[in-house]
Amino acid sequence: MADKIRVRDLWKAFPTRRGALSVLEGIDFTVAEGEFVAIVGPSGCGKTSLLNIIAGFEKPDRGEVMVDGVPVTAPSLKGIVMSQQGSVFPWLTVRGNLTFGLDGRPEPERRSIADHYIALVGLQGFERAFPYELSGGMLKRVEVARALAVQPEILYMDEPLAALDALTRFRMRIELLRILSGERHTSLLVTHDVEEAIHMADRILILSARPSKIGRVVSVPFPHPRKLSSPEVLALKEEILRELGVEALTSTTDQ
Amino acid sequence: MRGKSGILAPAALIILLVAIWWGTVAASRSPIIPTPWQVIVGIGELVHQGVLLQHVTASLFRVSVGYLLAVALAVPLGLVMGLFSGVFTAVNPVIQLLRPISPIAWIPLSILWFGVGNLSPVFLIFLASFFPMVVYSTAGVHTIDRQYIRASQNFGVSGLKLLRLVILPGALPQIIVGMRISIGVAWLVVVAAEMIALSAGLGFLIMDSRNAGNRYDLVVAGMVMIGVIGLLLDSVMRRLERLKIVQWQYGR
Repeated sequence: MADKIRVRDLWKAFPTRRGALSVLEGIDFTVAEGEFVAIVGPSGCGKTSLLNIIAGFEKPDRGEVMVDGVPVTAPSLKGIVMSQQGSVFPWLTVRGNLTFGLDGRPEPERRSIADHYIALVGLQGFERAFPYELSGGMLKRVEVARALAVQPEILYMDEPLAALDALTRFRMRIELLRILSGERHTSLLVTHDVEEAIHMADRILILSARPSKIGRVVSVPFPHPRKLSSPEVLALKEEILRELGVEALTSTTDQ
Repeated sequence: MRGKSGILAPAALIILLVAIWWGTVAASRSPIIPTPWQVIVGIGELVHQGVLLQHVTASLFRVSVGYLLAVALAVPLGLVMGLFSGVFTAVNPVIQLLRPISPIAWIPLSILWFGVGNLSPVFLIFLASFFPMVVYSTAGVHTIDRQYIRASQNFGVSGLKLLRLVILPGALPQIIVGMRISIGVAWLVVVAAEMIALSAGLGFLIMDSRNAGNRYDLVVAGMVMIGVIGLLLDSVMRRLERLKIVQWQYGR
């Protein structure tokens, strides 16, 4: 498979009152076309900065990001970011949010694309609802549908489900996997939730604490749908947690 | 809060205040301060002569022109100031310098420039509404969450479309608050502005009633009308806050 994203020797530091705070030190990796890669690491390790740089929102101090062999300099429709706090426009209806990024097409076509994705995420009947009338889980669905509606090649997810309650989060994870299995996007997920990473990703990059370097890369060889209570999954989870410096406990869940 | 208790409680309070007013005037046997009944008779007299409507429309006309002119100029300026920090840095000190000068202080200059016709009060109302409108429109842009601007960048939305779909609706709740505050200030100022001269308007009615024959019943009648219309204007503006497009802000 061809490399979709190439991250080469990325460095980033932020100025603080006590001098520069180094966040990323020489990050190197590639993501193949259609691959789902998760980046796990402790909070504050610079995962979000890394994703922001890759998506084109921030500039690295050194190194570069290439998508399809072209250096990334600004955000674009090629890769849509979904974040923890979400960015569904509260003043637009569900349909208005979905047609937001659809440009240069006649109105009926924009509408039918929007309605297709609204149905895909199971929100038919809510086309004219405003976001404040929806629950947190439904808002997430709107955000996913809006991202997919512009048919991006890459999905960047920054703790996309972290703001949801545990049950909704689990349900949305399964929903996301179902939706993404239809249209195979290249996906990059940043999370501190090891189980989420194992559940969704083909490959997991483990970041060390700040300043971040890539510690290990782990493949997740299990076919979908994955059974999270299987011994292999649990063993992998323990291995990753140990890598993150969390001594594995004997309990089998940390939700 | 809406429903019967939303009307009953304030109505009861107003009745109580009127009763206190009546009681104290009656007890003091004042020959000058009118009782509520005398005021009602006074209003009836104005209606009968056909001048009440004339005064009210004169005042409302001046307020409408000055206020709408202010909104039409202040909202775009506020948006530009909110969007471009360079413009904000340059213009904001001037706004903050002029804003604390009461429109009343402008009356002498206003008469000098615009005479004692309609233009003077319109100018004063414009001044009164303009500054709060600018401040609230600017704040409206400043309070738009960064993530919405980022999402717009991500979806390749910029220029006029960004203005129409993100900036304007994002700033609208604050703009509406500004509109409500300025209409109140504008109404406050029209009465003061009309006290200078002119021949109609509720401010004129008050001054004229005092000067020509100490008709304090008509003075208070004018005050009551100002209060009632102010209340109505405020409730009209409050309706704007119930629009679906701004519910995300006020509804939470």
